[in-house]
Amino acid sequence: MAYEMVIGLEVHTELATKTKIFCSCPTQFGGEPNTHVCEVCSGMPGTLPVLNKKVVEYAIRTGLATHCNITRMNKFDRKNYFYPDLPKAYQISQLYLPICTEGYVELTGGKKIRIKEIHMEEDAGKLIHDATPDGTLADYNRCGVPLLEIVSEPDFRSAEEVVDYIEKLRAILQFTGVSDCKMQEGSLRADINLSVREKGSDTLGVRTEMKNMNSLRAIARAINSEFERQAEILEDGGKVVQETRRWDDAKGESSGMRSKEDAQDYKYFPEPDLPPIVITDEQIEAIRAQMPELPEDKKRRYMEELGLPEYDTGILTGSVALVKLFETVSELCGDAKTTSNFIMGDVMRLLKDAGKQPEEMDFDPAALATLIKLLNGKKISRQTARKVFEKVFSDHIDPEQYIKENKLEIVTDTGAIKPVVEKVIANNEKSVSEYKGGKTQALQYLIGQCMRELRGQAPAQEVTKMLKELLDNQ
Amino acid sequence: MELNTLSAIELSAKIRAGELTVKQALDDAYARIEAQEPKYNCYISLCKEEAYRAAEEVQARIDSGELKDAPLAGVPVGIKDNMCTQGVRTTCASKMLENFIPPYDATAIRKVREAGMVITGKLNMDEFAMGSTTETSHFGATKNPCDPTRVPGGSSGGAAAAVAAGENLLTLGSDTGGSIRQPASFCGVTGLKPTYGAVSRYGLVAYASSLDQIGPLANSARDCAAAFLAVCGRDEKDATSMDYHKFTLADIESYDLAGKVIGIPSDYLGEGIDPEVKQAILNAAKQFEALGARVEEFAMPIVKYAVPTYYIIASAEACSNLSRYDGIKYGYSAPNPANLRDVYFKTRSEGFGMEVKRRIMLGNFVLSSGYYDAYYNKALKAKKLIQQAFFDAFQKYDMLLGPVAPTTALKIGESLSDPLKMYLGDIYTVMINLAGLPSVSLPCGQSSENLPIGMQLIGRPFDEKSILGAAHRYQKDGRAE
Amino acid sequence: MKISDELIRYLESLARIELTDEQRAACETDLQSILSYIDTLNELDTDNVQPLSHAFDVSNVMREDEIKNGNNRDAILANAPHELDGCFKVPKTVD
Repeated sequence: MAYEMVIGLEVHTELATKTKIFCSCPTQFGGEPNTHVCEVCSGMPGTLPVLNKKVVEYAIRTGLATHCNITRMNKFDRKNYFYPDLPKAYQISQLYLPICTEGYVELTGGKKIRIKEIHMEEDAGKLIHDATPDGTLADYNRCGVPLLEIVSEPDFRSAEEVVDYIEKLRAILQFTGVSDCKMQEGSLRADINLSVREKGSDTLGVRTEMKNMNSLRAIARAINSEFERQAEILEDGGKVVQETRRWDDAKGESSGMRSKEDAQDYKYFPEPDLPPIVITDEQIEAIRAQMPELPEDKKRRYMEELGLPEYDTGILTGSVALVKLFETVSELCGDAKTTSNFIMGDVMRLLKDAGKQPEEMDFDPAALATLIKLLNGKKISRQTARKVFEKVFSDHIDPEQYIKENKLEIVTDTGAIKPVVEKVIANNEKSVSEYKGGKTQALQYLIGQCMRELRGQAPAQEVTKMLKELLDNQ
Repeated sequence: MELNTLSAIELSAKIRAGELTVKQALDDAYARIEAQEPKYNCYISLCKEEAYRAAEEVQARIDSGELKDAPLAGVPVGIKDNMCTQGVRTTCASKMLENFIPPYDATAIRKVREAGMVITGKLNMDEFAMGSTTETSHFGATKNPCDPTRVPGGSSGGAAAAVAAGENLLTLGSDTGGSIRQPASFCGVTGLKPTYGAVSRYGLVAYASSLDQIGPLANSARDCAAAFLAVCGRDEKDATSMDYHKFTLADIESYDLAGKVIGIPSDYLGEGIDPEVKQAILNAAKQFEALGARVEEFAMPIVKYAVPTYYIIASAEACSNLSRYDGIKYGYSAPNPANLRDVYFKTRSEGFGMEVKRRIMLGNFVLSSGYYDAYYNKALKAKKLIQQAFFDAFQKYDMLLGPVAPTTALKIGESLSDPLKMYLGDIYTVMINLAGLPSVSLPCGQSSENLPIGMQLIGRPFDEKSILGAAHRYQKDGRAE
Repeated sequence: MKISDELIRYLESLARIELTDEQRAACETDLQSILSYIDTLNELDTDNVQPLSHAFDVSNVMREDEIKNGNNRDAILANAPHELDGCFKVPKTVD
């Protein structure tokens, strides 16, 4: 029987605010345990939350960028549960009136993934399991870091769609300045709800959930593995159990998590400590007016105004770092097309070789612009440009100085070429006479010798012309 | 000189005039406290060392002239033990927080210090402010100074009893469903429950967040007004606190009842009220008339739904607010837990008393899925109707008058056996918290057993001025001999 | 609403509280009488009434995104029943 997977995603993204959602502690990642913690985020008796303005602004930006409706009357609710990473024993979240509803993100092929809602909430702390054999340690630095939870409808039918969606969403969040989306630091993570059904069926199967996935590769593998597992169960006439499963990326398999022995009921109710947030049309328009250009708009503009190919614009606008590089370099050198080609070719290759993300690039864009200008001015060859760029990328060298020191400039001065050609003619009598006897290959050999003497830094045309002239006049 | 016959304002005036030092006032307070504590048990902790250090600082500020306009500077003040005091343990009268030393001051505490008052210690209360008798305290019951075989009321029983016993001229309590007004009534003192949001709740250990308010207890409305003015106002650490149009003590002193209209909800005088209490309220009404006000009764049938509404909302919020006591970050932690589950279950089973557990259980019930709409959401709607009933009344009346409790102070042990009976005793007070209104409780007579009877004046939101003014007028000119 | 032993045990589990048999029996009786009383609320017509969670119509009370707190670890951990390496310590949460 043919099966298909049905996936819904809950993506959690940490916002790039300076302070936590309900207190004035820094959100900065890392740091010694419990050094970014105050009486509020550690849940001391008597403390109260006060909402960070920026969180609302970022939530609205995200909603606008994903075509959502913005809720005018917002409230917070308490989600109650006991766990050592949650010092208040409740998470302040939004259940009844989330800030954004009914939007979508468009995938590469044009398919729209519907967003059900986006709500604001606080992150929990971190539990450290391997520090001591007889216990678990709780670090509350991350407690209260603002999160958006972006909940999709169950619109995905493949792992590729999920990965594409996360990449698109990441680009949106980065372009709007809402989050840095560092997946390796957990600032973007996804819960995957997956069920399997017969192809063509329109009922949903029993779903399982895999929580806190923070690598695209692991997400794709986990999805495919879980699909196969569930399909196999159904094929054997069994029933999928609704549960939370833990994905072990090293083993390449998931396992069911022990069902909790104690009753669980989140007992949501309106947060009495936080008055409602009322959002006006004026506020929304003000935020819309200040919105940076979104990836999809950039892409269209690059294609229409700059004439770049669709594939290339897709890659460029998939990352804030690449766009920033592209826009800076092309403005400095005045040649968008060559800049784009350079990024698509050399930059991407070097990133791949170094195993780096675009965000990790640390070379000076001005150096690349300089190289492109030298190339366009025929001061260096394409090959030299690539070689020097490798040094710019890895060693941050000054390209002009490096070219000068290593004599990589193209020799355009005929006065400098002539003695070299004369020397080659003088030293290669055999080839000269062969050429004169009608063997055209001999000319190729002589050109090669000249280029070698010139270390390639002269236009071959120029050399050929001079060589022919001198030989014919001999 | 008998300092305990002065008002808090008078005591401060003497200190600021140099007739008395802050230390002498503090010595006097501690002498009274130590002499009477074995009888009444008003205090959970004293903080003498900190108090004498503070007294020196306050004296210096007085001498420098900094506090010349601070009407309560130098006054020793007792604090209910559910307000966080930096460096001084804050127990909420619970085993759970027996050794909890807050690293920060509640905003109200900071303001008390800024106003030059000196904190003598932390006052007894019902555990986590849940109770109406101060008998649920882990540190033993407080006894009513008017009759030590009786309860002082609760939950701010220590705060009321300390004033009644003359241990303090002024204390701070908190009121979630009557916890300032009812003990004030039982102990024969004056207590103010301010408008919700008038005083910052930051640092007040939460019982029911949408209802809790900090307020003063003293021997007079005028002292309460001075203390209220010292602690009220918007606080950036409490999003539910509000900007407040301040009035002055002079406004209270010159308040005129002439032409004012006072309403008495007739449902406050119906079934269940002690006839002596009812008579005292009617007598007070006559005195307000003598002072120039017009008094009339009106129907408020929603009164009968106040207690169920209150207990649903308060228990629900409490069960969430008290979930943080888990033995991990502070407070009691059960010894030798076998696993994480043990940490939670043993800590909470051993750390909380029975009344707290009962309300946590009730709160879990009304919030659990399947029951939320029938109970919690229903109660929020009832709350709306209750508030509306008050707002309607305030279309006609400047303030409302009624009893604080159906009875005078009960015998110790009398109500503990029947929680429902205890809850019903809150019928006249809980509505005011649900509607968010200010209310002042003040004595209006004595029973045949010589027990104090209290009345409350209920005001429009943020109109503390009128109810304190009327209470002051009554206390100054209206007392029937 | 009839309070059963089973419901009490469920609430204990939700509340992370374990009652003794005696307490459980008392709690059952008390909750029964309290809930019977609370059920009188059903007489009140609340159709078309908006639930009121905040007493007054206040909104948009927020703070600026400015860092004001520094490292205060010692004070935060001072009351911890079990502490190790600057962290709160609990029994193992995973096997």
